[in-house]
Amino acid sequence: MTPMVEALGIHKSFGPTQVLRGVDLVVQPGEVSCVIGPSGSGKSTLLRCINHLERIDSGRLRVDGHLVGYRERGGKLYEMRESEVAHQRRDIGMVFQRFNLFPHKTAIENVMEAPVVVRRQDKAAAKARAVELLDRVGLADRRDNYPSQLSGGQQQRVAIARALAMSPRLMLFDEPTSALDPELVGEVLDVMRGLAREGMTMVVVTHEMGFAREVGDALVFMDEGVIVEQGAPREVLGNPQHERTKAFLSKVL
Amino acid sequence: MSAPPGRPEPMNAVPVRHPGRWVAVAVLAVLAAMLVHTILTNDGFGWPVVGDYLFSPPVLNGLKNTLVLTVLSMVIGIVGGVLLAVMRLSPNWILSSVAALYIWVFRGTPLIAQLLFWNFLSALYPRLSLGIPFGPEFVSFDTNQLINQFAACLLGLGLNEAAYMAEIVRGGIASVEHGQTEAAGALGMSRAQTLRRIVLPQAMRVIIPPTGNETISMLKTSSLVVVIGYFELLTSVQRIYSVNFQTIPLLIVAAIWYLALTSILSVGQGFIERRYGRGLQTGPPGPSLFGFLRRTPEEAPA
Repeated sequence: MTPMVEALGIHKSFGPTQVLRGVDLVVQPGEVSCVIGPSGSGKSTLLRCINHLERIDSGRLRVDGHLVGYRERGGKLYEMRESEVAHQRRDIGMVFQRFNLFPHKTAIENVMEAPVVVRRQDKAAAKARAVELLDRVGLADRRDNYPSQLSGGQQQRVAIARALAMSPRLMLFDEPTSALDPELVGEVLDVMRGLAREGMTMVVVTHEMGFAREVGDALVFMDEGVIVEQGAPREVLGNPQHERTKAFLSKVL
Repeated sequence: MSAPPGRPEPMNAVPVRHPGRWVAVAVLAVLAAMLVHTILTNDGFGWPVVGDYLFSPPVLNGLKNTLVLTVLSMVIGIVGGVLLAVMRLSPNWILSSVAALYIWVFRGTPLIAQLLFWNFLSALYPRLSLGIPFGPEFVSFDTNQLINQFAACLLGLGLNEAAYMAEIVRGGIASVEHGQTEAAGALGMSRAQTLRRIVLPQAMRVIIPPTGNETISMLKTSSLVVVIGYFELLTSVQRIYSVNFQTIPLLIVAAIWYLALTSILSVGQGFIERRYGRGLQTGPPGPSLFGFLRRTPEEAPA
């Protein structure tokens, strides 16, 4: 079976700062992989490399067997044109820490935007699907509200519906609950739990250890640009092997 | 005095007095009365003459030219400005530098000089032609016929305006959070789609107020076309008073028309601002001269 995400020896620097220093990661279809680690460990950067929001400096990154952002022909790499990158991203959903909903569009318009503009879906069909998705994240009655009229938790749920509207094969979550008030975290995690149960392949950068333990199939601990330890969440959380993992977990648990 | 049941006793405190404000109001009231008095009693204002000329054909003709010049120059300015702003923000440094150079030249030289330059372009290039660069020509025109006075006015005003609009549009685009571009990109939208559907509509909120300023300013700046012998509202009243010496009444005629046009533009600007303010909670704008025309603001969030 082709892995959904296959990263080999990923390096990434911003100027003189090395953010990723040789990361290997494999996520199988249907798997939920949670990435944890201290801030500045490179976990968000790794996630952003997977849909080519950041360009990797070296290594090979494949999603569903296809190189991300490059084409390989005759042993030579060719950079993809912008339209090709956009085409690849259609199948990869992303949820941001700060939601990034389109503030000038209502909830339902946010969800309909990409299917109509990118997939050229019929407006009525896109709308019907958007209603369905908003219902699924529990916001059927908020479809005509603008983002500024929604709570953080509601905005993040609309953002998840917006990503799902493109019927992605892979969902990336970049600290989806970090900008939320504590009492709103649960409603977002519930939606993500539901997605995981339906078999969506997910890579989740998070600080929610409970979620990682309960929902994750794999837990990845990153520090200083490398993966220090990975394995079954219960194993890593309950019986960490490395000093750095132990030190980090003792601070957050 | 007892409070209604369930409500606390109101504060029955003596409010702070503001004697300074009342003095200011009194001074202003006296000045206003003096102004009204002099306007009504000083024959120099020549109100009957104002009435005679307000709708006279030469004035209306000038007014028409002012409107045409303003509208067309602003269209050139806005389209050119968006183009230059996008070039200015391009990752390609050559495109970006060319835009920067354009803005530097057109903002850095006097508009009058630019108008004169376009008018006297034939001194530099007597003929203009279309063809392959450094190769054969297909068609060729006499510069003076291709660029008549009107065209020179539009080139001068429009190309100059584009330089100012470019900076306004650039500021608007820069005001949109980078996360918006990323979210659109992550959904598979192209750069052009992102700009058109996500970034520009949000940038509009920042772009519109200064663009309104530019348009109102253009109404009056267009009077500079007199340097190349074209005429508009101010020039036509000047022509009239240079003959009949009714200088003040005719300047009042021009002022009335300029104020009328500015008022219409301000109201239009208000409508456009509300259109692009959707979903963005910036609170209602402060009281305006035309505030009474505003509909009730949209419903507050639940």
